[in-house]
Amino acid sequence: MTAPATSSPRAPRRRVRRRAVRSGRVLHLYTVLLIAWLLLPIAVMILFGFNDTHSKQNYRWEGFTLRWYRHLFDKRDLTAALVNSLTIALLSTAISTVIGTAAGLALGRHRFRGRGAANLVLFMAISCPEIVMGASLLSMFVTFNLPRGYPTILAAHVMFSIAFVAVTVRARVVGLDPSVEEAAQDLGAGPWTRFRLVTLPMIMPGVVSGALLAFVLSIDDFVITSFTSGATVTFPLWIYGSTRTGTPPQVNVMGTLICAVGVVVALVSARRNVRRLQADRDARGD
Amino acid sequence: MTETKHAAAPPDVGAALPAIELAGVAKEYRAHGETVAAVRGLDLEIAQGEFFSLLGPSGCGKTTTLRIIAGFEEPTAGRVYLHGADVTGVPANKRDVNMVFQSYALFPHMSVWDNVAFGLRRRRVPKEEIRARVGEMLETVDLTGREKRRPAELSGGQQQRVALARALVNRPRALLLDEPLGALDQKLRQAMQVELKRIQREVGITFVYVTHDQGEALTMSDRIAVMNDGRVEQLGTPREIYERPATRFVAGFIGTSNLLAGEVERIGDGRAVISYGPDGRIEVPLRPALPAAPGRRLELTVRPEKITIGTERPGGALCAVRGTVTEVVYLGTSTNYNVSTATGADVVVFTQNATSADHVAARGDTVWLSWEPRHSYAMGAAQ
Repeated sequence: MTAPATSSPRAPRRRVRRRAVRSGRVLHLYTVLLIAWLLLPIAVMILFGFNDTHSKQNYRWEGFTLRWYRHLFDKRDLTAALVNSLTIALLSTAISTVIGTAAGLALGRHRFRGRGAANLVLFMAISCPEIVMGASLLSMFVTFNLPRGYPTILAAHVMFSIAFVAVTVRARVVGLDPSVEEAAQDLGAGPWTRFRLVTLPMIMPGVVSGALLAFVLSIDDFVITSFTSGATVTFPLWIYGSTRTGTPPQVNVMGTLICAVGVVVALVSARRNVRRLQADRDARGD
Repeated sequence: MTETKHAAAPPDVGAALPAIELAGVAKEYRAHGETVAAVRGLDLEIAQGEFFSLLGPSGCGKTTTLRIIAGFEEPTAGRVYLHGADVTGVPANKRDVNMVFQSYALFPHMSVWDNVAFGLRRRRVPKEEIRARVGEMLETVDLTGREKRRPAELSGGQQQRVALARALVNRPRALLLDEPLGALDQKLRQAMQVELKRIQREVGITFVYVTHDQGEALTMSDRIAVMNDGRVEQLGTPREIYERPATRFVAGFIGTSNLLAGEVERIGDGRAVISYGPDGRIEVPLRPALPAAPGRRLELTVRPEKITIGTERPGGALCAVRGTVTEVVYLGTSTNYNVSTATGADVVVFTQNATSADHVAARGDTVWLSWEPRHSYAMGAAQ
C-alpha cells in the first residue's frame, strides 16, 4: 500500500492540476469582471471631478483640470449642506453607538422580559422600507406638531442606526465566552471595571463596525432625511435638488474625498488585522 | 487511609477552621416552569491546604457546587463559609477565592503579564510588589520570558498555566479549578497533573478540583467527594473510595468493578460464605452496616486487578468462581480478560504481563477465577 504510493497518484494529480488551472482562469475572468462592474461608476465619479466643464452640466468630458479641487468650498450652500451631513452623521453615530452597544450587550448576554420583542423591533427597523418609514415619520412629526429641521433629522438617523449597531454588537457578544467576564469578577473587578477593562475591549471590533455602518448610513441617507428635514438641507438633499439645474463638479470632488476617507479607514483596519494574524503565527511558530 | 472527615478538619479549633464549609447547600433552577434541583442539601468541610476533588458524571452538580463557592451562583438554601466567615450572598469579586475556568477564560486583549497582574491591580497592591509577585508566579508556572505574549500566541498547556498563575498570584484562601485539564491532550494532561500537585504543595493553598475523570481525581486528591444527582455519594481518601466504595454508583463510577451476587450459605468468623453457581464459592467480610443472614442474597464487588485467572481450581481459602473466557485483550503491559461466569455475570480480569508471559487462557476456554476473601467487598442485599 505504501510502496506504490509514490508513483501511482501521478495521473490523478495531473488531473487535479488541470482543474486548478481551469478554475484559475475562470476565477481570473470573474475577478476582472467584478472589479470592473464595481469600479466603473466610482471611476466616473472621480474622473468628472477633474472635468474642465464650462456649462452648468457635468455630463460631457471637456478636458482635465484641478479647478474644482481649488474651488471646493466656493458654493456656500453646498458646503453648508456638507457640514450639516457630517455633523448629523457624527452625532447620530455617537448617540446610536452608545445606545446600540448597550442594547446589543443586553440582547446577546441576558434573558429578560421584553427581549423577544426588542429583537423583533430591531429586525423591523432594519427591514422596514425606508420610504414608508420616512412618510410615517413625517406624519408623526406633523401630528405632534414638531417643527421639522436639524433635530428631527438627527432623531430619525439615530433611530435607524441603533438597530444596525445593536445587531453587529449582539453578534459579537454571542460569540464571547461568558466565563472571561466571570474571571474578571472573580479577580476582584466590580461591574464598571469589568465593562471598561474586559467587556468593551473584547466587543470593540463589533462596536467599531457598528459605528462605521451607522456613519455610512447617515451620511448618504436621502429618503428618510427628505421627509424629516423641513428647511434644513443635507449633502444628498442638495445634490438631488441640483440635478434639475445641473450638478457642479464640486459634488464629484466631495464624493471622491468621502470615498477616499472610507478606503483609508478600511485599508488601515485590514492592515492591522493582517499584522495581528502574522504576529500570532510567528509567535506560535517557535 | 483511615483519616476521617473530622480527623482532617477538627471543627472547633480556631487555627484549623475549615477553609471552606458548605452547610445544607441546595440549588434549584427554574426551567420552562419546572424546578430542577442541581444540588440537594450538601454538607462539606474542606480543610486548609487540602487537595479536594469533586468527582462525578456531567450533570451531577459538581460545577454548580464550585460556582456556589466562587460566588457566581447563590444557593437557594444553606450557607457558605470561608474560613469560618459566612459569605452567602457576597458577590464573587468580594470573595477571597479564585477560579481556574475550563476554557481558561484569559483576557484575549491583554498580555500574559497583564493577565496575571489583573487581580493584584484590582486590589491596589503597590506596583513594586505586583512586579515581584507576578514575576515570581510566572517563574513558578515556567512562563518566564513570555510576559509580553497574547494568550492567542500560546499553546493550550501554556494558556492553562497562565490561568493558574492569574488565580494563584492573589494568594487566595482557596483555588477553585473547574475541569482545568479538560481541553488538553492525554500526554499533556498527565504532565499537568503532576505539575498541579507540585504547585499545590509549593504554595500550600487549598485546591478544590472539579473533574469527571476518576483517574485524575485519584492521582491528585487528598480527599474526594463522589457526587451523583446533586448529592455526595461518598467522601473519603482515594484509597477508601477505590477499595471500599460506599454505594453501587461509586463502585461503578470509580475504576472497573465486577458486581457479583449470590445466596448466603452460612455466616461465621465475621464473614459470609456465598455459594456461587454449581461449584463456586465466595467469602465476603461483613460490615456492621450491612446485615446479612443465611438464605438472603448478597451483592459484592471485586476489583479486576485482584483476580487471578487459572485453569485449575485453586485450593485453600481463596474465593473461586468458574467461567468461560469471552474476550482476551492484549494491552502490552497487561492483558484484560472478559469472563462469563456460571450465573451469567460478566467479570473483567486485569493481569500483569510480567508474571504471565504466555496467554493463560484463550477465548472459549473454561477458567477458574480466584481472589483473596479480603478483596471481596459487600455492597448490600441483592434484589
